[in-house]
Amino acid sequence: MELIVHIVRTGISTVIDVLPIAAILFGFQFLVIRKKLPNLKKVLFGFAYVLAGLTLFLVGLEMALFPIGETMASQLTSPAFIGAVEGVPPVPMDYVWVYVFAATIGFATTIAEPSLIAVALKAEKISGGSLKATGLRIAVAIGVAVGVALGAWRIVTGTPLPVYIMVGYAVVIAQTMLSSRTIIPLAYDSGGVTTSTVTVPVVAALGLGLASTIPGRSPLIDGFGLIAFASLFPIMSVLAYALITERIKRTKRSAAGRDIP
Amino acid sequence: MASGRILGGLGRLIAEAARDLAPIALVIAFFQVVVLQQPFPNLGAILTGTAFVVLGLALFVRGLEMGLFPIGESMAESFARKGSLFWLLAFSFALGFGTTVAEPALIAVGGEAAKVAGAAGFIADTEEARASYASSLRYTVAGSVGLALTIGVFRILKGWPVHYLIIGGYIMVIALTPLAPPEIIGIAYDSGGVTTSTITVPLVTALGVGLASTIRGRNPMIDGFGLIAFASLTPMIFVLIFGMVV
Repeated sequence: MELIVHIVRTGISTVIDVLPIAAILFGFQFLVIRKKLPNLKKVLFGFAYVLAGLTLFLVGLEMALFPIGETMASQLTSPAFIGAVEGVPPVPMDYVWVYVFAATIGFATTIAEPSLIAVALKAEKISGGSLKATGLRIAVAIGVAVGVALGAWRIVTGTPLPVYIMVGYAVVIAQTMLSSRTIIPLAYDSGGVTTSTVTVPVVAALGLGLASTIPGRSPLIDGFGLIAFASLFPIMSVLAYALITERIKRTKRSAAGRDIP
Repeated sequence: MASGRILGGLGRLIAEAARDLAPIALVIAFFQVVVLQQPFPNLGAILTGTAFVVLGLALFVRGLEMGLFPIGESMAESFARKGSLFWLLAFSFALGFGTTVAEPALIAVGGEAAKVAGAAGFIADTEEARASYASSLRYTVAGSVGLALTIGVFRILKGWPVHYLIIGGYIMVIALTPLAPPEIIGIAYDSGGVTTSTITVPLVTALGVGLASTIRGRNPMIDGFGLIAFASLTPMIFVLIFGMVV
């Protein structure tokens, strides 16, 4: 019974979130474009699926993942787990399990991120299958893993956020110079799509847990920044992935060329 | 058997969703059993929740292909054929603003930011001052996402390379950072990531790709992507400016 109430409540809030979007879409469709939408019935069914799917997805996450993820984040960062001794400040390497958790949970939640699935499906279709959706998603997930782990390290060491971001930008600019024009826009996009429904709550809990247990950190100020890392590093990893696959294809092609006399 | 056709392929999608969620289950199980060495609390709730997540993800992906992608693309095509620049840009702004202003993640970040501002003494540390700070921040970000999509769509029409604009944006972020109060920097940097929600991303992607496929001389791969990148960059710039002004 409680579960049904929860599903209905989440369903209503999902519908409220989607209402402005639907109003804009249908408003422009009927008032400005003034054409009947092809397959209107199918589109409406699709919207209903998206709403139902998102509702179940959120209810499920709140039941299964968020409580345990948040407990885990606070347990891994707690002084008792770190083995801290009263009066002795912990050193960054005491938090090694935090970095491992940050990297693995960042990777795993990104693989399950619905908006990344959407962009990857589109990219595979448009590239005519030469870019694989799964390969792209794994590349993005590796970027998030590195980003969140490094972000956790930054909170532990208390080093300034802008420095990391500026170095990251410099790397992205250098990679952009080397990359082919077809991958650049997609790589830039993949930074923004990684951090939504699944990743943000877990990663935010980790940042908050770290910033509130480490002496000298303020959860209000130092707890931020993990999302920024998780949006920057996928750009690098996708550009790197494209450079590597291109190189492999070229090597294969030249090897195949040699086979035929 | 219309419903059979519509539901067709759901089995395959459920299997794919289960595969997509397996890494999370592995990570959580490993840390709970090996690292923290604790039993699972409420195993029943966890299993039911996982089943919901799998089914929800499968339904979402099916709905994406039936509803969100087609409507985004068909609207992009209609606007391109209609040839009205004003209405296309108005639509882009409305889509960016409208989808961001109600975004739950942004509302949460706005609340946190108001707490920081209150604690740092930028604003009076009262309920009222915090609420007004949070909502002005929210409108700032929503306006900046609207602007981002307008610029992004204009870029698709013109065929400008995305990287010059994005690198220009990076330079602005770097230039504004030392001028902004240090307390706002973390929030500003994070605000770029939280604006693009699960429903906005497929719609905006379909809009960009649809425009680039309809307009002659545009390549969907080169010109179609990039809208999300703008939508994640402009909030950083505008929140930094917001921090300096308020």
